Amino acid sequence: MDSPSKQPDLANVQFLATEQAIPPEAHEAIPPEAHEAIPPEAHEAIANLRHEDLSIRYYAAWWLGKFRVRDVVAVDALIAALDDDANRTAMGGYPLRRNAARALGKLGDKRAVAALIRCLDCSDFYVREAAAQALEALGDASCISALLSLLDGGVDAAQFAPGLPHLVQPYEAVIEALGTLHATEAVEQIRPFADHGVERVRYAAMRSLYQLTHDPYYAEHLVGALSSSEVQLRRSALADLGAIGYVPAASAIAQAPVENSFKLLALKGLLGHHLSENDAHSEAAIRLMTLMDTLL
Amino acid sequence: MIATDPAIEPLITAIAQADSPATLIGAVRALAQTASLSAIPTLIEVLGYNNPGAASVAVAGLVQMGEAAVPLLLEQIDDYNYGARASSLRALAAIADPRAFEVLLEAAATDFAPSVRRAAIKGLGTLRWQPRDLDGQPSIHDRTVSTLLLVSHDSDWTIRYAAIAAFQSWIFTLQNCSETTDLTRQALERLEHLRQTDEDEVVRARASMAQHQLTIVPYAQ
Repeated sequence: MDSPSKQPDLANVQFLATEQAIPPEAHEAIPPEAHEAIPPEAHEAIANLRHEDLSIRYYAAWWLGKFRVRDVVAVDALIAALDDDANRTAMGGYPLRRNAARALGKLGDKRAVAALIRCLDCSDFYVREAAAQALEALGDASCISALLSLLDGGVDAAQFAPGLPHLVQPYEAVIEALGTLHATEAVEQIRPFADHGVERVRYAAMRSLYQLTHDPYYAEHLVGALSSSEVQLRRSALADLGAIGYVPAASAIAQAPVENSFKLLALKGLLGHHLSENDAHSEAAIRLMTLMDTLL
Repeated sequence: MIATDPAIEPLITAIAQADSPATLIGAVRALAQTASLSAIPTLIEVLGYNNPGAASVAVAGLVQMGEAAVPLLLEQIDDYNYGARASSLRALAAIADPRAFEVLLEAAATDFAPSVRRAAIKGLGTLRWQPRDLDGQPSIHDRTVSTLLLVSHDSDWTIRYAAIAAFQSWIFTLQNCSETTDLTRQALERLEHLRQTDEDEVVRARASMAQHQLTIVPYAQ
């Protein structure tokens, strides 16, 4: 970590160490060079997971995920960091555990599954959320029953945590993970969340229910959300449509009042989904690429 | 803000007073529809409002103005707001006036923001060159193709995708131009290589579409 751009940015570390999630749109501002190649500094980052400076540990965990360091030693060190007790926020959160869980989701090593399932019981909401997202990314169905237990009590229990800016459980992440993991047994438990009072939770339910039932009714609700009054919600609906690969949404996506980079990513999701069963010269593939060209 | 056309002053005021994203977009659309050249500075200003809906309406309006908007677009590129810069370059790329060449070339290769680079790269493929532009500047096509070749190796799939789209339109426009035979060959080789070996299926598909639309490879393949 010797180049200036890769030094821990203290202001940034402190921002991330608060109870906030990482802004999903941040990627657009990162220079393309930052995405490149296998970093020689990986061993240093692994060692830094035990650095005496807690902000350096926190940064190292993020860094290993960011640069996809799929080394066995890195994975083991991150799994160990899921039990960290040293790095605590004023509100009792576990910043290092959060980042370790996020990183493990990016590294694709299923050895992390059991430890991530245990994180679903962590007292820190953001650790549970990061674990659910990582389990979704790892794609291992063994976590389904543990995820389902976070939906216990149904919509009635799914209230805001007193005095906190989030619900009592990371419903959005849990429901999305269940959809991605093809947990068809979860349909009846998820269905009521399509009427939840929080828009993001509703979208997550629509997305998941479409994946589990292939009923266009749910996908069309997401298309409707593309004209939501808040740009964050429009971005979120775009990402959902990209994730489920709902090709009939293509024109609505291209016209949504959202930055082109988000629309390109969503259309890429549609095209990738389409190409899994069709070739690149199908009418729909050409139409999708022609739309993508207009967004460059 | 110079409003020499009194009819548009209330429309400009409406943009300044818009109190929601929806009213802003409506006000920008109303101004763009006047197609008055006096609207150009305000439309450019809207690109910096960080409102993607309003920006795309403003870009469409500027594109409709065509060449008349080019000098101000070039002059007022926002070096500190990459969202605004991407919109300006999108407008310049769509107008396709060769005066934008140097700006597009530099942004394609060196801008830090992928959205800006994509717009610039696409524009490099679509500029409407006239024989008089090329007099005394034989290197224009060399520089275009070498920049497209360079960016077609970028790690960001959207940049490689944009490079393919640009190659396609550049080859299509110049395929009957004998001076560019060697450059065309290089571009075609790169397209073929991307179609076969790119790690991203969407990039491979786009290269394949480029080849087909240039009728280099039969559709059946």
